[in-house]
Amino acid sequence: MSALPALPRKYHAASIWLLYAVGLLPAVWGFWLGATGGLPGNPVKEFEHLLGLWALRFLVATLAITPLRDLFGINWIRYRRALGLLAFWYVLMHFLTYMVLDQYLNFAAIIDDIVRRPFITIGMAAFVMLIPLALTSNNWSIRRLGLRWVKLHRLVYVIAAAGVLHFAMSVKVVGLEPWTYITLVALLLLYRLLRPILRNRNRGRRTDAPLPGRERSA
Amino acid sequence: MPIYRPPRIPASEITPERCFLNRRAFIATAAGGMLAATAAPALASALKASESRYKVDEKLTPEKDVTTYNNFYEFGLGKGDPAANSANFKPTPWTVKVDGLVGKPREFGLEELLAMPLEDRVYRMRCVEAWSMVIPWVGFPLAALLDKVEPLGDAKYVAFETVVRPEQMPGQSGYFQSLPWPYVEGLRLDEARNPLTLLSVGVYGKTLPNQNGAPIRLVVPWKYGFKGIKSIVKITLTDKQPPSTWNISAPNEYGFYANVNPEVDHPRWSQASENRIGEGGFFGANRRPTLPFNGYADEVAGLYSGMDLRANF
Repeated sequence: MSALPALPRKYHAASIWLLYAVGLLPAVWGFWLGATGGLPGNPVKEFEHLLGLWALRFLVATLAITPLRDLFGINWIRYRRALGLLAFWYVLMHFLTYMVLDQYLNFAAIIDDIVRRPFITIGMAAFVMLIPLALTSNNWSIRRLGLRWVKLHRLVYVIAAAGVLHFAMSVKVVGLEPWTYITLVALLLLYRLLRPILRNRNRGRRTDAPLPGRERSA
Repeated sequence: MPIYRPPRIPASEITPERCFLNRRAFIATAAGGMLAATAAPALASALKASESRYKVDEKLTPEKDVTTYNNFYEFGLGKGDPAANSANFKPTPWTVKVDGLVGKPREFGLEELLAMPLEDRVYRMRCVEAWSMVIPWVGFPLAALLDKVEPLGDAKYVAFETVVRPEQMPGQSGYFQSLPWPYVEGLRLDEARNPLTLLSVGVYGKTLPNQNGAPIRLVVPWKYGFKGIKSIVKITLTDKQPPSTWNISAPNEYGFYANVNPEVDHPRWSQASENRIGEGGFFGANRRPTLPFNGYADEVAGLYSGMDLRANF
């Protein structure tokens, strides 16, 4: 949108670093509250859930970059890597909190959970799939992998679907909050399905415009 | 098939004469206090109760946690929602209808229920979500109420029902309904008559806050917390196993019995251990092993002898 003031180029790098810093604030704040007794009730679970929710938020934001550009002309592609990595860091912290603060490194119980509880299996699978994406998020990997990088990073669609499923399956009643994330991710994935069709139609419209030669032959 | 046993009365259960006499004195004062109680009932008022042998010797969960960390879906799904959204709920006036297979069906006004011989009891509370508390309840045994209505011989179960007030309970109105209302629960009659089974009218020495199930709720300490139905308006004795809300909602996850059992996992999480609320914070060792029947096996395991507790979870 033209109404949106463009950020001068010299601030681009700084704005990305700012995003990392601001993006990590909820985790820092939550940890501070939890460590000092500021989280009510079940602080470990509160913190664990906070990290999981922010992971989902950053995944949704990552997936929103492309439709924002296509549909609204807002080009925030420079923030996509930071958003994706923030999602990864939050999933990692979510898992570490579960492993250390919640389960006290009781590996037997953790493995039992991962193997026997579908929602944990799915969440764990999403975490594992995020690792290669985080590892190949640097410029060197992008150049080196070329088209394979694009293919590999389509895993994020599976990860986002697994993430919301993990959330919805973990609650006793699927309330407004899980439904909100399910809807957002469903819309963002649906957009990917429709995108080639929309593009073809746009291209088709252009080529369908009557050409001088065709008019005569028809 | 459940095997029915007449309730056992251990010697320790027989009320000593000293307490018995105290009770009379208490009733006399309670009768006087009742008028005052009915005058300003909405605010938490102090309750007078006698000592009880049912006191778990564990650190109490802080009152703040007991009254702000709740599952009461009639007021919302979040743990803080019941405390935040229940200010408009009116627990007075209140009546509890007791009917079904009883000789003397009738309604009990709240004043009469508050005038029952109240006891201070400290129970463990184990939520099915694998967290727990230690809560000082004020209440009277459900058996005492059942005695007043004289259950008939063919009564085998007790069914309970929560009030439905969409205008006062935001979780019962709107587009999204988490559960079918009214919330219903049930116990076998012998479970209901067990001396541990409490009708609670207070917590921490005061009348129940709305978020804890005001003005009267069930407490069954050897079962998962969802059996402790809140804001009860109806108690029905029946010869058939009554429906229970969570069992209707997810029958593979929540059984009718719902006895605390570390050996039988919830399909989605382990029940072997629990998080004690309000203790330890991040780094304290607040995860502890869950006890069979939540530590009340001596009192209640006999109720289920011969039953497969995996099948009857």
